[in-house]
Amino acid sequence: MATPATIHAHAPQGFIRKYIFSLDHKVIGMQYFFLALTAVFVGMFLSLLMRIHMVWPAAVLPLVGEIKPETYLSLLTMHGTIMVFFVLTTAPQGGFGNYFLPIQIGAPDMAFPVLNMLSFWTTFVAFVVIIAAFFVTGGAPLHGWTGYPPLSAVQSAGPGEGLGADLWITSIAIFCIASLMGALNFITTTLDLRAKGMSLMRMPLTVWSWFITAILGLLAFGVLLSAGILLLMDRNLGTSFYVPLIVVNGQVLGHKGGSPLLWQHLFWFFGHPEVYIAILPGMGVTSQILSTFSRKPIFGYKAMVYAMLSIGLFGFMVWGHHMFMSGMSPYSAFAFSILTMCIGVPSAIKTFNWLGTMHKGRIRFQTPMLYAIGFVSLFVSGGLSGPFLAQPVLDIQLHDTYFVVGHFHLIMGVAAIFGIFAATYYWFPKMFGRMMNETLGRIHFFITLAGTYAIFMPMHYLGMAGQTRRYSQFTEVAYQAKLIPLQTFITYAAIITISAQLIFVINLFWSMFKGPKASDNPWQSTTLEWTTATPPPHDNFGGVTPVVNHGPYEYAVPGAPRDYVMQTDPVSASAH
Amino acid sequence: MADATLQHDAAVGHGLAGAYEAPLFGAYSKKVGMWLFLASDSLTFGALLFAFSYNRISNPAWPTPFAVESITNATIMTACLLSSSLTMVLGVLAARRGDRAWTRNWLLGTMAFGTAFIVLHGLEWTHLIDKGMTPFANPWAPSVPQFGGTFFTLTGMHMLHVTIGVIYLGVIAFRKWFLPVLAAIWIAGYFLIPADNVFHYGIHALGIGLIVSAIILFLKPKVYDAHDVEVSGLYWHFVDLVWMFIFPLVYLMSTKI
Ligand code: HEM
Ligand SMILES: [Cu+2]
Repeated sequence: MATPATIHAHAPQGFIRKYIFSLDHKVIGMQYFFLALTAVFVGMFLSLLMRIHMVWPAAVLPLVGEIKPETYLSLLTMHGTIMVFFVLTTAPQGGFGNYFLPIQIGAPDMAFPVLNMLSFWTTFVAFVVIIAAFFVTGGAPLHGWTGYPPLSAVQSAGPGEGLGADLWITSIAIFCIASLMGALNFITTTLDLRAKGMSLMRMPLTVWSWFITAILGLLAFGVLLSAGILLLMDRNLGTSFYVPLIVVNGQVLGHKGGSPLLWQHLFWFFGHPEVYIAILPGMGVTSQILSTFSRKPIFGYKAMVYAMLSIGLFGFMVWGHHMFMSGMSPYSAFAFSILTMCIGVPSAIKTFNWLGTMHKGRIRFQTPMLYAIGFVSLFVSGGLSGPFLAQPVLDIQLHDTYFVVGHFHLIMGVAAIFGIFAATYYWFPKMFGRMMNETLGRIHFFITLAGTYAIFMPMHYLGMAGQTRRYSQFTEVAYQAKLIPLQTFITYAAIITISAQLIFVINLFWSMFKGPKASDNPWQSTTLEWTTATPPPHDNFGGVTPVVNHGPYEYAVPGAPRDYVMQTDPVSASAH
Repeated sequence: MADATLQHDAAVGHGLAGAYEAPLFGAYSKKVGMWLFLASDSLTFGALLFAFSYNRISNPAWPTPFAVESITNATIMTACLLSSSLTMVLGVLAARRGDRAWTRNWLLGTMAFGTAFIVLHGLEWTHLIDKGMTPFANPWAPSVPQFGGTFFTLTGMHMLHVTIGVIYLGVIAFRKWFLPVLAAIWIAGYFLIPADNVFHYGIHALGIGLIVSAIILFLKPKVYDAHDVEVSGLYWHFVDLVWMFIFPLVYLMSTKI
């Protein structure tokens, strides 16, 4: 946890110190961002293979050949794990949080720069380890991103459940350690390194969201770490934490007396907060962008803060809603159900505040704004199915069907991705000193939005019609065969949407080198990152520490000379 | 305890002292960092304790084999840890007074109690293993392998924490002069402990500790001040506190009556 003051006083010069083992939070943020970008393409490719296999099971595909049932399970496991951990957890928090949290509070760096570097490289190792699972004998594991035992706890349970599953758990454990280090750093930085005048209630909502996400991570990942260690022991030391007396391939294994439900409790105690870890930074970015591009103060700043805090708090009390079908006592199910629905309240508060922010605003429909609006839309569409699932009675029908797949892809998958896109289009000028192309941005947005709905909305109908989740072949099941046309439609939509992401990549890399030069504050935003040079100097503010005189969202202030007041403007800038 | 120069290590490194809001909890970053680490670590232990309780409740045939010797031994271990917390407090106070000699003495005392705890616990483990208790079996209730599983995970994780704590305190108190001592104990331990004993391999934890400490001391060869002692004290008391959960749950509730 050392802070090498001497090392850090001057910007390092050599290539390795500057770009590889850098202590600069901005470089580390970029490293996280590009790691997530790599991961998202791996994850997307896997999902494409799954979609193709679903409707054309006999198809022989490039790179993977014929897809056997167990190949399909490996694909879905790796897709889910890579997306949840290495994209949705890594990009918004590790990437943008790392880059902008210190700048937005006026700090020169994270509180513990060495620890920050270590957390990135630990994450990187975790990624290498999980990718290695593809290449070992038996291939990648079959047990889904949720890793339920006994499947995940028994070496002989299937082809990928040997070394592949060990690598999977090891990767998760390493990832936990990386996230814990990151979370600790984020929280300490927010508590201790705010510039003069940056009181808590003047922090941008993005900072609040990264801060609360870090608290969730700090408390949740430790539990997953323990759960993972126990799983590794069950697999390799013969303990029976999760495995009851069990017969596999006609052979009685040595385990007895364990409970698969123990894993479910530990996993979901982590898992539910994890879904908020993925979405909260997106909420922060959306608030920031909606306010900026509506040229209005955010509606209900304090309500937003308290809503995020209560979402974080309730997030730890609802894990049982993933286990309604596990045979839990109806009384517990009742309690979990009520608590789960309580989360709908702060979620709705946030949604209405977003709408209130846009209401009567002078909206500028630039790409970041489009993505922020898209985020709200997806958050509502995906969120509305939540209260249905939260009813134990309905969940008996809907659990483990495509209804759940639709729910969590809309809200966690794509909404969080929209948050990442919004953040990319919004902060790109600051990070790379150039503007991204608007036209390409808009085309990318409309195809992605339409494509997302085309893919995930029909899944709700599939689920209600009884389409189960995580099965590799159903083209020959009579009642499911009727659903094939809809499945085919989804697959076509997926192919188009995934291809359209190339537009984003082209825009990203083309603009990085050829885009028009950006000014220091192209969106006329108010927060601190826009007061400094583009891209920001090594110590963020060029040898000074900013003094903050204003709240984060002072747009359209009566009597002010411009339609926005920067946080660092002199007190007299607003006439109230 | 807030100390203006310590609060903002990162800022100071950039030559930007001053001009910050007071830290929210009036503590310097390292201390906040340690508190946060302990918060997450308590959840890590919490999960293991939950796993223990879950298994315990769902297995009515849970054995209760710990007779007088075991309980006496564990009580002495507890006494060691409690005393070590006292010496730790005295060490922190001495450091705050600026009394280097006594800081070192009290930390040494804390390390001695910690080491006694580890040795006694090691003997206890060896004894139980000799009786046939393993992570996947035990002689008292063959249908409840979880008895050994939870015992070894919980106490093993805790013993690891105590070991790290002793090395941590050693580095704070003696800096690079502690490294040869650590190396000597590591190598001596490896040769003295018979090869059929788990600690023959477990002792390599010291080797890893040696390498990590050496790297840290190489990167930042400074004299540790009162704040560093205080932060290490937080860690030590936490490890102590965790034992106060493990002792009654694992030992006292499985006493032979
Ligand atoms: C009011 C809000 C919400 C409610 C009431 C709710 C309720 C539920 C329930 C009851 C389930 C379990 C369904 C089942 O497995 O049978 C579920 C699954 C899930 N939810 Fe939500 N949810 C809400 C919001 C969210 C948010 C905001 C996210 C993510 C950002 C999210 C992500 C997920 C995920 C990932 C799963 C499925 C995990 C899996 O089984 O693989 N949910 N939700
Ligand atoms: Cu949940």
